[in-house]
Amino acid sequence: MSTKTIRVQADLLATNKQVAAGIRRELRSQGILGVNFLSSPGSGKTTLLETLADRLKGRYRMAVIEGDIETERDAERIRRKGVPAWQITTGGACHLEARMIGKILGEVPAAIDFLFIENVGNLVCPASYDLGEDLRCVLLSSPEGDDKPAKYPQAFLSADCLILTKMDLIPHVPFDPVRAAAEALSIKPGLRVFTISALRGDGVDALVGYFVEALDLLRSGRA
Amino acid sequence: MHELSLIASVFDILEEKAREHGVSRVTAVVLHVGRMSGVVPELLESAFDSYKKGTLAEGARLEIVIVPVKLRCPDCGGASVREDTDFSCAACGSRRVEIVEGREIVVEKIELETDGA
Repeated sequence: MSTKTIRVQADLLATNKQVAAGIRRELRSQGILGVNFLSSPGSGKTTLLETLADRLKGRYRMAVIEGDIETERDAERIRRKGVPAWQITTGGACHLEARMIGKILGEVPAAIDFLFIENVGNLVCPASYDLGEDLRCVLLSSPEGDDKPAKYPQAFLSADCLILTKMDLIPHVPFDPVRAAAEALSIKPGLRVFTISALRGDGVDALVGYFVEALDLLRSGRA
Repeated sequence: MHELSLIASVFDILEEKAREHGVSRVTAVVLHVGRMSGVVPELLESAFDSYKKGTLAEGARLEIVIVPVKLRCPDCGGASVREDTDFSCAACGSRRVEIVEGREIVVEKIELETDGA
């Protein structure tokens, strides 16, 4: 009995990357901007989506794919705003994969501007999975603490934009937005940073402006 | 905690390679795991050990090589390796660096048992 060693060099995420690339092509060809929201549970992803639904209403059309371990609750919250929403319940899986998005894509109306994907609440695993989005936003809420970027660098490293949320709680919690932003920027230079309160609406216009700018850019490249 | 699903993909690759080479047993697997890949080597090891029972890699050993974060700097052309999360060029301090290694999760090599000498 003998053995031989073979070089394989097979990327374990290759299949996910391929599926994601197909989704990105599909969304771009329809002029839709895909945005992936990633954060720990309870940092305000769904509340921000509700606020975005109000702000975009009458000007832009959006749809939402919600990822959670269990329940339809988040999709129901979004539907109450008159926005089409699909719920993916992973039944335990800690992140969304491109395949899951691909299954829903056929049902998403082509006549929308933004497809927001709310990932499973988890600041670790979702960072490794491309969903075919054009923008990846990491949310960090003030009660979580401004030391999180250095503790969970992969999420910030993979992001295009950082949204510091729950700024209305700043008087009550020890959170320094400048420190949080500086730490994130040392991991990912060029990261766009927004500070918002989705409940009060502060800072949301600037974020909407950023999404619209990205949408215009995507559509101008399509011509 | 997505290590188990990653290990499931490892076994897909093992089966495919074993078939290609006409062998029925895998004796070793070498994974290259980037320091910034977001996976925990110990969890990969436990996942591998529970997954391998009753498979073609039942007796296989898993070797995990941690790949450091390597940066390439477009400003000074230098390459540097960073141990922390300060991803700036070690030579000129530029922040416009590109991460060229350290985020991968790759099956690098596998060892197959062949019949005969």
